[in-house]
This record gives sequence, C-alpha cells and structure tokens, in this order.
Amino acid sequence: MKKLLIANRGEIAVRIIRAAKEMGIATVAVTSEADRDSNAARYADEAVVIGPAPAGLSYLNHDAVLAAAAQTDADAVHPGYGFLSENAAFARKVQEAGLIWVGPNPDSIDLMGDKARARRAAIEAGVPVLAGTDGVLDVSGDIEALADEIGYPLVVKASAGGGGRGIRRINSREEVRGTVEVAQAEALAAFNSSDVYFERFVTHARHVEVQVFGDGESWVHLGDRDCSMQRRQQKVIEEAPAPGLPDDLREQMRQTSVELARQTAYTGAGTVEFLYDPARQEIAFIEMNTRLQVEHPISEAITGIDLVREQLRIAAGERLGYTQEDIRLDGHAFEFRINAEDPDNNFMPSPGLIETLDLSGGPGVRADFGFSAGQTVVPFYDSLLGKLVVWDTDRERALARAARALDETLIEGIKSTVPLMRRLIALEEFRSASHHTTTIESASGL
Amino acid sequence: MSSQIIAPIPGIFYRRPAPDKDPFVEVGDTVEAGQTIGVIEIMKQFTEVRSEAAGVVASFDVEDLGMVGPGDVIATID
Repeated sequence: MKKLLIANRGEIAVRIIRAAKEMGIATVAVTSEADRDSNAARYADEAVVIGPAPAGLSYLNHDAVLAAAAQTDADAVHPGYGFLSENAAFARKVQEAGLIWVGPNPDSIDLMGDKARARRAAIEAGVPVLAGTDGVLDVSGDIEALADEIGYPLVVKASAGGGGRGIRRINSREEVRGTVEVAQAEALAAFNSSDVYFERFVTHARHVEVQVFGDGESWVHLGDRDCSMQRRQQKVIEEAPAPGLPDDLREQMRQTSVELARQTAYTGAGTVEFLYDPARQEIAFIEMNTRLQVEHPISEAITGIDLVREQLRIAAGERLGYTQEDIRLDGHAFEFRINAEDPDNNFMPSPGLIETLDLSGGPGVRADFGFSAGQTVVPFYDSLLGKLVVWDTDRERALARAARALDETLIEGIKSTVPLMRRLIALEEFRSASHHTTTIESASGL
Repeated sequence: MSSQIIAPIPGIFYRRPAPDKDPFVEVGDTVEAGQTIGVIEIMKQFTEVRSEAAGVVASFDVEDLGMVGPGDVIATID
C-alpha cells in the first residue's frame, strides 16, 4: 500500500490520515466543495474536490470517488464510518478497479447487512440471541401464535434495517397482524425489501458491544464497550470496558463474538453488538457492524492497539502477528461525542463559524476533531464536531479526568453539547453505572 | 388575501419527500391549513414545512434543494 484515498470527511478522515502518515503511506483526501478548506484536506498529501456539498453528489458518489483514486494513482481506499463504509456494491467496485478495499470482504458486509441472515449466523456461532423468529418471518403462517410464544411486548424489525429505522413495537395479540403489515410496507419503501422478523422487546436494556479483529486466519477481541448513553438511538457517551457486567456474561460475549468472526472468515475490524438485560441477567445479539466505529478510540485506549494501523496492515496483506494472550486490557476509557447542537433548545443543529475551539489536553486526554477555530460548520452533514477521549487506571479516576477535560473544553461561536456532557457525567445513574438506553430521555433537568 | 410560508430554521429546502418522488405540492395546487409543502434538512435532521393557511399555491420563492435561512419566504399562498 503506497497511497491511500480516504472516502470520508470530518474527524474520521483526519484520524485515518494520521495513521497512514505515521506508516509512511501517502494520503488523498476527497472533499465536497463545502469541505475544500477542511482539516482533512489540509493534513492529506493531496486533496481532490469531487462534487457539490450534498453528500449524494460527492461523498456517496461511487464514480466520483473512483475517478479521484484513478486521477491520483491511489492504490487503496478507506471508507471510514457512515457514507460508503458498509456498501458492498461500492467495496466490490473498489476491488474490481484493482484497488485495496480497507474493510471486510464485501460478502461479509452483505451477510451482516441482512439482519435475519446475521441472526442465523450468530445462532450457528453460539452467540446468544433474543427469543424471536429464526430467519425471515413467514407471514402466511400463524404469526399470532409465534408472537404469543415470544411474549409481549415484542418488536418487528426490517431485515434490511439499521440505525434504528424499520423497527415497530407490538404490545398485544390484537396488534400483531396490523403492525406486521405496516412494518412490511415501511421496510419495502425504505429498504426495498419487505422481509421482517420478530424479537423480544427489552424494556431497560444496556447496549454493549465487542470489538473484534481478524486477518482471515486468526481472530481476537479487543475487549468490550458500553454505549448505553444514547439519545434517540444515537450514541452520546461510550466507555470501555462495559461497567458492571457479570464476569461470565462478559466472557461469553467476547468468546462468541470471536467465534462469529471466525465462522464468517471475517477480515479487519468489526463490532458485535448486544443488548444486556440487567433484570434477567441476559445478553443477546443485535447485529454486527462491518466497519471501524466512531467509538473505536476507547478500545485503543485500553489495549494500546492502533486500530486504523491494524486495518491498513491487514488490508495490505499482513498477518495479525499476535494472539489473544498478547493483548492486555488496562484501565478505563470514556468517549464524549461533541456535536454542533444546542442541548438547551431541543438539540437544534447549530452550524456556523467556530470562533473558539480550545480543546483539552494533559495526561490521558485525546481530542479527535475534524475542525479548527476559524472554520465554518456547514449544514449539509451530521453534527459531529469531534470526540473527547479520556483514559485512566480505573472508572472513578477516568470520570474525574473527564470532568477536568470537559471543564477545559471551550467552544464558542456555535452551540455544542459540551455543557450537556458536564451534566451527564454528574448523573447519579451514570456514576453508579445503572443507566440504560433511555436514561437521557427520561432524566429531568438536563 | 395572500399569506407567506416562512422557513422556521436554516437548511436545505426540499420540495419532494424523496429524490424519486413527486413534489409535495405544485404551483396552482390547493392546500389545507397544516398541510406539508416541503421539508428542510439541517445536519441530517428533517423538519416539515407546513402551510398555516388554506388556499392555492401562488409561487415558490426558494428552489428545490436551495438554501434557506430562518425567516426566509419559502412560498406564497393565495
């Protein structure tokens, strides 16, 4: 691998450029017209404007990205997260153009993108799943009896769904048929497939996940993370390792995640997501994400392993070179997602000129941002400005460090979620790790 | 008496619910009070733009996919 094209923007483009630069790999940033003066464009060796501001005409345009790769003689493409990262068709086009795709085999993307098939693969690997249908729901059968067996409430989910879309709750037998029909129609409209399946609904769940990594011949996990601090199914704060998880469940989650990666011959970075039901002391598979994730730095913090470097090494054909026993999990890390939103005005997006961006530093603090002071946050993309990551030897110390780092962080000119983060880390539920995925929405006075 | 439909927030104005769908309304169409005539996207959040008055769409003052600021006139209803 000599020259890497980064098919993304913002903090993740900067993150990837940094890893490549340290490995002696030349970099190409592709940007929209709105991002031509971005940090990614500045840090990369070359920058190519590939289209107008709307992502559909630039970052999501397969032909424009591939043309930029050809024009600059890039030999590899890293998609980051979002945009084209889990687009198997694009991954295949990259490979057909003779370029290295920095990501899993496109067949793995297809398999895990089909939630009903992914659930079946998980069952075969011994990963615990929620009570539900084995595969796609056969709507010509007695779906009421099936729903009775799972118990209420339950959810009907679009097989092709993702990101919280295509999910509907069923509270009673009377709602089964009608809700399934609506869910099928929605799934068809949104994902071009009417396939749906049933799953038991968990009221106060925690969202936990395992970072896995493989070279196609051997596989390891890099510990687990908790991503339960969410707002409208979007993660807000993540931490590693997941606090308060029973040891046997943690071990089962890690081992079966590695087994799922092994059985699907997975290559590169992947994340196996679970629900943890504290009331029942159960874990259950939700889905596997076939990309680098926003929250990867907290796994880097507790393992000392640079995940992007590993992705680039494996994509270039190298072997892992270490086993599970070589990986040491050490300390505790938090990640705070800093968005350009006004938490005091219903999270209204807040684009505009960043007048001040004074980021924290010091021991155990890392700031991954895609912006600098004097730049303008444009309204075309998601609101993530960057991430503040803190590490210390245990959870309590890491929380104290987080409070210090958030106090030092100063963003002016636009509204940001920094003040909300300061309030969230003071929440008793969060401090005692008894929070769940709807804690933020149900907490008063935030 | 005509009334104006004002952008409540800044962002990108869309006249269609999806790129391959028909526009919500066309000039000359009759609209009810509260009817959606477009959506504004800002940072991947979508807000519906509704007509406060019933009447006939006289004009659109913003192009499809055009940028709007808060207070900008989007359309006029007669």
